[in-house]
Amino acid sequence: MNQRIPVTELASDFKGRAREALADSQLRSNFRTAMDSLMRKRADAFSDEDEREGLRELGNHIRARSLSNLPDLLEQLETKLTANGIKVHWAETVEEANEIVHGLIEAHDGRQVVKGKSMVSEEMEMNDYLADRDIECLESDMGEYIVQLDNEKPSHIIMPAIHKNARQVSALFNEKLGEHVSEDVDELIQTGRRILRRKFLEADVGVSGVNFAIAETGTLLLVENEGNGRMSTTSPPVHIAVTGIEKVVSNLRDVVPLVSLLTRSALGQPITTYVNLISGPRKPDELDGPEEVHLVLLDNGRTGAFADAQMRQTLNCIRCGACMNHCPVYTRVGGHTYGEVYPGPIGKIVTPHMVGLDKVPDHPSASSLCGACGEVCPVKIPIPELLQRLRQENVQAPDHEPAAVRGAGSKYSRKERMMWRAWVMLNTRPAFYKLFLWAATRFRALAPKKAGPWTENHSAPVPAARSLHDLARDHLKNSPIRGEKS
Amino acid sequence: MSELFYDAAPNATRVAPARETERRYPDKPAEVSLFGTCVVDLFFPEAGLDAIRLLEQQGIRVHFPQQQSCCGQPAWTSGYREEARAVALAQLDLLDDGRPVVVPSGSCAGMFRHHYLELFAEEPENLRRAEDLAGRTFELTEFLLKVCKVQLVDRGEKHKIALHTSCTARREMNTHLHARELLAQLDNVERIDHDHESECCGFGGTFSVRMPDISGAMVLDKTTALRQSGAAEAISADCGCLMNINGALEKQQQAFRGRHLASFLWERCGGEQ
Repeated sequence: MNQRIPVTELASDFKGRAREALADSQLRSNFRTAMDSLMRKRADAFSDEDEREGLRELGNHIRARSLSNLPDLLEQLETKLTANGIKVHWAETVEEANEIVHGLIEAHDGRQVVKGKSMVSEEMEMNDYLADRDIECLESDMGEYIVQLDNEKPSHIIMPAIHKNARQVSALFNEKLGEHVSEDVDELIQTGRRILRRKFLEADVGVSGVNFAIAETGTLLLVENEGNGRMSTTSPPVHIAVTGIEKVVSNLRDVVPLVSLLTRSALGQPITTYVNLISGPRKPDELDGPEEVHLVLLDNGRTGAFADAQMRQTLNCIRCGACMNHCPVYTRVGGHTYGEVYPGPIGKIVTPHMVGLDKVPDHPSASSLCGACGEVCPVKIPIPELLQRLRQENVQAPDHEPAAVRGAGSKYSRKERMMWRAWVMLNTRPAFYKLFLWAATRFRALAPKKAGPWTENHSAPVPAARSLHDLARDHLKNSPIRGEKS
Repeated sequence: MSELFYDAAPNATRVAPARETERRYPDKPAEVSLFGTCVVDLFFPEAGLDAIRLLEQQGIRVHFPQQQSCCGQPAWTSGYREEARAVALAQLDLLDDGRPVVVPSGSCAGMFRHHYLELFAEEPENLRRAEDLAGRTFELTEFLLKVCKVQLVDRGEKHKIALHTSCTARREMNTHLHARELLAQLDNVERIDHDHESECCGFGGTFSVRMPDISGAMVLDKTTALRQSGAAEAISADCGCLMNINGALEKQQQAFRGRHLASFLWERCGGEQ
């Protein structure tokens, strides 16, 4: 098993990684091409604007309602799952979640695990944890398989290997698998499938994520396109599902619009090729299915977000990836630049409560607040508004009352705060402001030719010869439609 | 490199225009206040003056309160809420006379219309005043089109332009729709789509100096798309974007430039109508 080396070749900070990504023309074109295609597909899938907006509204409503009943729904879910024969485990931290998963595998003397796609397992860094304990955990989603083969992390939550093109995947297969594979996508996929097929039959344990956990019926819903999810959850004798506590919804009726929003927003699909509804282990009269099914419910900071009314909206997320597909920053720097499990706009707002804002202090600033993410979010998470909130948390003074966001205040700078105070003086005292205008216009020839980072991309801004204050006053004095002197 | 992208995906990201808001518009008022915005004040004063001229052309008496400064947006988007509030309060006090306020910038108008409500959410009296201000704040193109119901008479030569709309304006004020309609009234002006038209130019206020590498990549793509559109110039109703786009073009030593919509309209339709 390859030991995963987490992004060692990349710079250690966000800005450095961004710089490297921006200079990589292959990476840039891979992302631009892929994101363009995904945006087009989503737009086509939502061709009726009224239907789209109505559905987004409904999606938001369902998620908000589910979250407002979260403790009750989780209790109901546990009761129903247990009645269905699914064992429920609770984990507050990723460490606890890994211990639980490891314990279950050990109990069955498992050595080989096959995994369907799961972002929560990425949060847990489950592959590394198990590898350290001599358990092979093989990714079975084609994209995940590719990044695992190359010792990388996913660069997108839906399409983990989207940063690579077919040529790069072919080269990787030739190198790592010793197989001569062309750049033909079908051939690449067939090669991967052939290898994985064997593993599904050999695996002791199958691990998967969950898209929605349905409280009323005790059902785990999993959408996928490759069939690997169904294989991972039915072929091995033990199935362990891992998911975040926010994924619970009341009933199957809630799931219908959410699945439609999810698949259309993610890949422009009316529905995925597979929709798995897992309601328990194999029953005596059934021919297939695992003998045991477990669900690990992970908190990992989610209750922290839940406690804050504004940040709670981050838990609405159904992990479709549309926000990153439409993000001009993500499109240019790619997923690895973010250095965290969840990249892009959604990553910027869910990562702080998982790892602490102080670990990702540049993330909230890495946005022009263009609003594309909020515009396409299927459950209407106001992502720009939450980024704004995180910017405020970032610059909070250390003596500020206990922060609602973990790791707040790491960007606090007395100097910068003073600068903004001076800016307030300038903009709240008209005499100062006018003096400033007078000086800036009068001495415009003295405007500096270098203006910090601005002049890296721009010529230095030169103030006009006369301000609008001046021009307007003179103009209105002589205007045929006189403005009053003010 | 950028050129290649454009060939590969022309206009791929143009999302459907945002839905028209349900905003109800008043009859044309006799007087308005112009809020010039700080960027226009110092860097594009002609655009502000042309906005005044366009309004006067509609028979409206324009006031320019001399005490005005900035809407507070730079501090607000930088996370300095208290500082943004202090500056916002000064404008709120100044613009408290009940007159309609016209703003030649979608993002600053959006600040008045949307974000002041967040800034003063916890202060009932100021919130009431902010709501009042929001209700009578109009972005210039919106005001000309929806309130004045202008019928522009184009006096210029045949001309091709590309329209760039700021993101906050697009998503908060629907400026792209209003500007398009105004430009469509000009017989000799052809508006040409440019590649990835709905994508951000990379300005984002302090984003452009906090993340110069990413912002620089964005503005390079935007300026390239504008130049390659076949338009003779770019038109925008936001001077933040224009400062970004023109500053980058100048640095790239390109002759192509962007211009404020107010100046463009006044040049083509100025004088008696």
